[in-house]
Amino acid sequence: MNLEEYKGVYVFAQQVDNVINSIAFELIGKGKDLAEALGTTVTAVLVGSDVKGLADELAAYGADKVIVVDDPECKEYRTEPYAHALASVIEKYKPEIFLVGATAIGRDLGPRVSARIHTGLTADCTQLEIGDFPINPIPGKEQKHNQLLMTRPAFGGNTIATIACPDFRPQMATVRPGVMQKRAKVEGAKANIEEFNPGFTPDNKYVEILKVVKAVSDTVDIMDAKILVSGGRGVGSAENFKLLDDLAEVLGATVSCSRAVVDAGWKSKELQVGQTGKTVRPNVYFAIGISGAIQHLAGMEESDIIIAINKDETAPIFDVADYGIVGDLNKILPALTEKLKAEMANKQ
Amino acid sequence: MKIVVCVKQVPDTKGGVKFNPDGTLDRAAMMTIMNPDDKAGLEAALRLKDQYGAEVTVITMGLPKAEDVLREAMAMGADKGILVTDRVLGGADTWATSQTLAGAIRNLEYDLIITGRQAIDGDTAQVGPQISEHLGIPVISYAQKIEVEGDSVIVERQYDDRYHVLKAKMPCLVTALAELNEPRYMTPGGIFDACDAEITVWGRANLVDVEDSNLGLKGSPTQIAKASDKVRKGAGEKVTLDPAEAVDYIVGKLKDKHVI
Repeated sequence: MNLEEYKGVYVFAQQVDNVINSIAFELIGKGKDLAEALGTTVTAVLVGSDVKGLADELAAYGADKVIVVDDPECKEYRTEPYAHALASVIEKYKPEIFLVGATAIGRDLGPRVSARIHTGLTADCTQLEIGDFPINPIPGKEQKHNQLLMTRPAFGGNTIATIACPDFRPQMATVRPGVMQKRAKVEGAKANIEEFNPGFTPDNKYVEILKVVKAVSDTVDIMDAKILVSGGRGVGSAENFKLLDDLAEVLGATVSCSRAVVDAGWKSKELQVGQTGKTVRPNVYFAIGISGAIQHLAGMEESDIIIAINKDETAPIFDVADYGIVGDLNKILPALTEKLKAEMANKQ
Repeated sequence: MKIVVCVKQVPDTKGGVKFNPDGTLDRAAMMTIMNPDDKAGLEAALRLKDQYGAEVTVITMGLPKAEDVLREAMAMGADKGILVTDRVLGGADTWATSQTLAGAIRNLEYDLIITGRQAIDGDTAQVGPQISEHLGIPVISYAQKIEVEGDSVIVERQYDDRYHVLKAKMPCLVTALAELNEPRYMTPGGIFDACDAEITVWGRANLVDVEDSNLGLKGSPTQIAKASDKVRKGAGEKVTLDPAEAVDYIVGKLKDKHVI
């Protein structure tokens, strides 16, 4: 493998139902930072059926070029035609970096593609930068420059590792949604489009879609929420979660919970934050009546702002909270909801 | 029907995490459990066995003590256990791990391979799809329901806002979500039998169609530049206020941070 042949930062522009997922813009945003450090450009790879019209939107968020793979086989996401599309793009264009969102699609597609083309893939990255590998010179080992350094949490957030892929190209990463910043949208931008169709021949790896069932349940994915109002055992009962529902409604937030709440049967497992639940990173995390066991902290401590309300001033949640209020949630929440309602009304 | 289930022995992260000097995990120093998604995958296999009759083989790659998860799986009802262990396999990333497991599975007959979606130590979700790629079979990730119909599997594949019902001809690889089911307990008879059961142990020499250059630390495209325990960000402000003051305090902070 001649590493020098590989140039440019490429990102997978995920779309579902011909709507581009926000992660695509986030990847372009981060891709621009990396491309600037390397003196190269960002190319978005758009795969689907009848998706060419979406390319300008990718340009508006900063894509220098958009490769469009448009084929009826790619209408709905399926592992095989999509893996074939990306692997073919990589073989033809030889990017040095290829980023994919760490979504339910990207975490299936990324590994399949990386295995096909034989390169490394780092999962669920929360930080990407260009630097040297090894980071510090080691006698007798070549220090390579301009490497992609990919940082990710592991062990349910207990450890942080920075990974490099020095000897294979492209350097591939899946990137956690909601972490990287989009660039400001430039209205009226026109994409520099390149159409590419590698040809799709169904084989044993093509699965058949029997049915598409949207909105599995009425619960939203807590990992997508910008604001989470999360309750713990201290909320006291399933009925009392009404206080959290009301607050969430005013803020446009989503309600989540700790494991104790799921174990008590007050909320479903889908809403559980923590090591055995989901890892969340909202802009604001309200921890209401949550003591803050280490397994819970592992799932939420990356939140930008943590506001904790608990009557026990020794609760460990206060060790990670930006703003900790020692007090009675039953009194504070209704008053807070009312006050926020008034604030929102004034703003309009 | 023949089902192969890949399981991983993972550190129970409550005990803290330790590293070797080269930045790789010191797995020997930690308490271990069967990875939860894998256990759901095993349960799914055992239910297919209950329903249709199947031979369930459990395979793991790891240190010799990973034998424990195989015995646990057999006590739950798996028929065979295979431990893939060899010094040259150590320090593997997901590429080298999937190469190793694919190399071992090539010795076996299988209709269905089930892996967990991801392990709680690495959280990568990569090894299942990568094994399927090496074996040239379809993959269905994130399974929330698995059924067999003739020579096909019918799987509910979970996405963020929907699920797809997918049909794939076997052989096929499916990755299981922990939500798939509630794994059964080991039975006393099962535990008794599992203690005496013979575990097949394979090393490098037993792997089929795998180059040395794709194994272990040396065969891993990704390399660790730096690893450390997470530094917690530490406490911010803590205030004790009456409800009205608390409300003003919170609203003030939300405004300062431009949340509202």
